[in-house]
Amino acid sequence: MVAYITIGVFLLVMGLFLWVFPDSSILDYGYSGLDSLFSTAPYLFMFLIPAVTMRSLAEERKEGTFELLATRPLTDWQIIAGKYLACLLIVLFALAPTLIYYYTVYTLGNPVGNIDTGAVIGSYIGLFLLGSSFTAIGIFASSITNNQIIAFTVAVFLSFFAFSGFDSLSGLLSLQNYALQDFGINEHYQSISRGVLDTRDLIYFLSFIAVFLTITKTILGGRKW
Amino acid sequence: MSISVQSLTKLYGKQKAIDAITFSTQPGKVTGFLGPNGAGKSTTMKILTGFIPQTTGSATVCGFDVVSQSQEVRRNVGYLPETNPQYLEMYVKESLAFIADVHQIHNPAKRIAEVIEQTGLGPEHHKKIGQLSKGYRQRVGLAQAIIHDPKVLILDEPTSGLDPNQLVGIRQLIRELGQTKTIILSTHIMQEVDAVCDDVIIINQGKIVASDSLHGIKEQYKGKSIEQIFIGLTSGLA
Repeated sequence: MVAYITIGVFLLVMGLFLWVFPDSSILDYGYSGLDSLFSTAPYLFMFLIPAVTMRSLAEERKEGTFELLATRPLTDWQIIAGKYLACLLIVLFALAPTLIYYYTVYTLGNPVGNIDTGAVIGSYIGLFLLGSSFTAIGIFASSITNNQIIAFTVAVFLSFFAFSGFDSLSGLLSLQNYALQDFGINEHYQSISRGVLDTRDLIYFLSFIAVFLTITKTILGGRKW
Repeated sequence: MSISVQSLTKLYGKQKAIDAITFSTQPGKVTGFLGPNGAGKSTTMKILTGFIPQTTGSATVCGFDVVSQSQEVRRNVGYLPETNPQYLEMYVKESLAFIADVHQIHNPAKRIAEVIEQTGLGPEHHKKIGQLSKGYRQRVGLAQAIIHDPKVLILDEPTSGLDPNQLVGIRQLIRELGQTKTIILSTHIMQEVDAVCDDVIIINQGKIVASDSLHGIKEQYKGKSIEQIFIGLTSGLA
């Protein structure tokens, strides 16, 4: 139920931003590109992914059903992987229908097909990795509490900070020399969006996900409830 | 010896939930695990099922250590927690299929039909768990505990919330299962101990105060009912 609403809201807002609201509308933009999609989606993901993940472990703790899972022949990693992949699948389902926009812009281009396909593919890969990172944050936030609202709030804050917090911090005068923006998701997201899949960016995202899931594993293993 | 516990201790902060308890149980016996609220019964069961680790001491189930061989222990144990947590939005069969899938049971449909029959879930099996009464939810929990035909059953107050007719049926089922399996069950109903248990362990404030066969314990306290013995041992009025 949460999933249907989340996917529905994501597609609705995306549609409004891309085709209706004049400030970000592709039709008013004048160039055949999906730039507005890829600049808006991270901010939507920031709110919608925590909504999907907030329930995953917090609810199990609150209802006690975690005991049901944890006394079956399953390792903590299997439980976490199950939760993570399930949430990630919902994110993919939200993202998939937007492929139709690629076809729309492709057809609307003058001449037809005048769109930078390489950049679009790169941006989708980047958006998927960004979604995967936010999902890892969300699963982590859900493991630290049995209150879904707290899990949601923490996940939104961490996602926002991981996405653009380091960029903003690096603007502080005293921190300008430390290349702080390299720690942020945005830097790597932009890099992949240019259509060049650099292994450094890939390793960044994979380590990011691994770190949050490992902390989650440690928290679950502690069984402090 | 299918369950063996050696000086098991669990601390919650500074509070000792269980204090160096030692006992063992045999296959084919139903052991009643008795004690007042907060005595440490549920804590012991949670340690035996690998849900929480002990502070010191050791415990083995079917020869497997509960900490280092937790996965093997969980494969061989069926556990019904006291709170009987359930996914309320699942259908009865769906939830049983999920558990069967976790245990990778061959021919799950046949096994699910068997446990539905055994636990008397037949009339309610098409409903969602959230729509069931407490007694039927308890049966779903029991069905989940026995679905993989475990060698050891750990049942934390399995008959709470059942009506008198259901009680008879479930006790009968526990007796039948107890012929071949090792069963530990906790309860506050003393007639139940008389009805189903072979052995009795009484625990008070984290310590074992009596551990014997039901017959033996009655011999020891001649003429007293199990209820009088329990009150005597655990209220300090003996």
